[in-house]
Amino acid sequence: MVWVIAARELRSLFLSPLAWSVLAVVEAILAYLFLGQVDLYLTLQPRLAAMPGAPGVTEVIVVPLLGNAAVVLLLVIPLLTMRLIAEERRNQTLPLLFSAPVTMAQIVLGKYLGILGFLGVMLGLIALMPLSLLVGGSLDWGLMASGFLALALLLAAFASAGLYMSALTRQPTVAAVSGFGLLLLLWIIDWGGRGQEEGSPLLAYLSILRHYESLLEGVFKSSDVIYYLLFILTFLVLSVRRLDADRLPH
Amino acid sequence: MESPDALIVVEHLSRYYGPTAAVRDLSFQVRRGEVLGFLGPNGAGKSTTMQMITGNLAPSGGRVTVGGADMLDEPVAAKARLGYLPEQPPVYKELTVDEYLRFCARLNRIPRARAGEAVARAKERCGLADMGRRLIGNLSKGYQQRVGIAQAIIHQPDVVILDEPTVGLDPIQIREIRDLIRELGRDHSVILSTHILPEVQSVCNRVLIINRGEKVFDDSIEALTRRMQTSALVVVLRRPPAVAELEELPGVSAVETLGEGRFRLHHDPERSPAEDLVRAACAGDWGLVELTPERLSLEDVFVNLTCVEPAGEAA
Repeated sequence: MVWVIAARELRSLFLSPLAWSVLAVVEAILAYLFLGQVDLYLTLQPRLAAMPGAPGVTEVIVVPLLGNAAVVLLLVIPLLTMRLIAEERRNQTLPLLFSAPVTMAQIVLGKYLGILGFLGVMLGLIALMPLSLLVGGSLDWGLMASGFLALALLLAAFASAGLYMSALTRQPTVAAVSGFGLLLLLWIIDWGGRGQEEGSPLLAYLSILRHYESLLEGVFKSSDVIYYLLFILTFLVLSVRRLDADRLPH
Repeated sequence: MESPDALIVVEHLSRYYGPTAAVRDLSFQVRRGEVLGFLGPNGAGKSTTMQMITGNLAPSGGRVTVGGADMLDEPVAAKARLGYLPEQPPVYKELTVDEYLRFCARLNRIPRARAGEAVARAKERCGLADMGRRLIGNLSKGYQQRVGIAQAIIHQPDVVILDEPTVGLDPIQIREIRDLIRELGRDHSVILSTHILPEVQSVCNRVLIINRGEKVFDDSIEALTRRMQTSALVVVLRRPPAVAELEELPGVSAVETLGEGRFRLHHDPERSPAEDLVRAACAGDWGLVELTPERLSLEDVFVNLTCVEPAGEAA
């Protein structure tokens, strides 16, 4: 059942021009950043070659690329998730799902997996850029894997928050704006403690960025992974509860 | 009271929106092979009731059972047995008819191998056979409505619930959809909400009328027809006699003078004075030109049942 809903969601995404234009724009911007990074590496190469223990291709090109990708996708993902539930509510198609023999959890999970499928495609296209470097060199596979795991988890977390925002409203644009606001807040939340020597550990823990950065640098801590999994679970549960509340007496 | 072949059992159903009661203590049953016409003025709670039966709204109180499965305790089992067409057909406009119906079939747990067959059958029943490859968004309102009906019957559910299914259709389509509903009524239970009163007479075998969230009438279509027969004759006489003479006819309880030789004779429901009147008219040379038993239309009955208070004030 979940897969049926997910497949429908993915299909509808690709039938709308939105998904294609988002893919194209993200790809174009990241390609530009990627080329800039390659260029930088080429100018630095003579000096790097002379340094013992110098950063390699992966560190100079791939890590900054993924860092920038996170920012670009922070802006873009709310646009993809906004229609998930809000648009169905506005078009009054939710009764189809509500009166079908599926549970709320299956509906939410189906929609979530649908959007994850799309993000998987996007991630694959982004991965092609560093992989093209294999033509003229080799990559640090460990660092690559850790970086892409980080980006995958980050995107999955963004999508779950966007899904919840979409469940809250019937206006897709409102869902997009509030989703973007929430993600940005979680991104910068640790800036609050910056003045002091030691920032608030709670705010630092909540910040999406902190967990992303350490994974990106190749430091795999299970606590970071657990943070993302908890984040996703929280928003999925909230979405299920929100949809359930649609039916309850006010 | 609960009959064994009742597919839908609604018991003491209530729904409040804040302090306003949309539906209050509503109970009824629908048996297999029955088409229930669900009538009521705007805002009477028809759609709310249908949403509660289909699990789209949780009731504030009461119970709904579909095919023996309680909607609150076993929603998935209950929902598997019903097909629902809401007021607004829940169609995805970016999909083609085939894609959409295939999705609905799979959503209703029809195995992949049999989904194509189910889609073909539903399309055929709803007159969509040539529309399979069209985008739903490009179809006319009437065809979208048909897609909505096809979606509701694709898994051959025991219970089909249709909220105003003939809105926006042309007369020919309306007739086809009515035939379809009648056909569905043979081996399913159908609840049909509508504003169009003749539709009820032509397709339903039971009628449920609600007003302000409460049941005001629940009986067979025959009982409704009986209610439509009143106990009055309208006669037009060219040379009318004195009113007293008409009043003396056996069975006549009151005579109303309508002017220009027109009279309304109220009589015992059991005993029509028509025969005696004709005999007396011939004998007395009253010049009888018209004799009509007065009959309420379904509209009149509907208005009587749903507008009790305003009518009372006017009288």
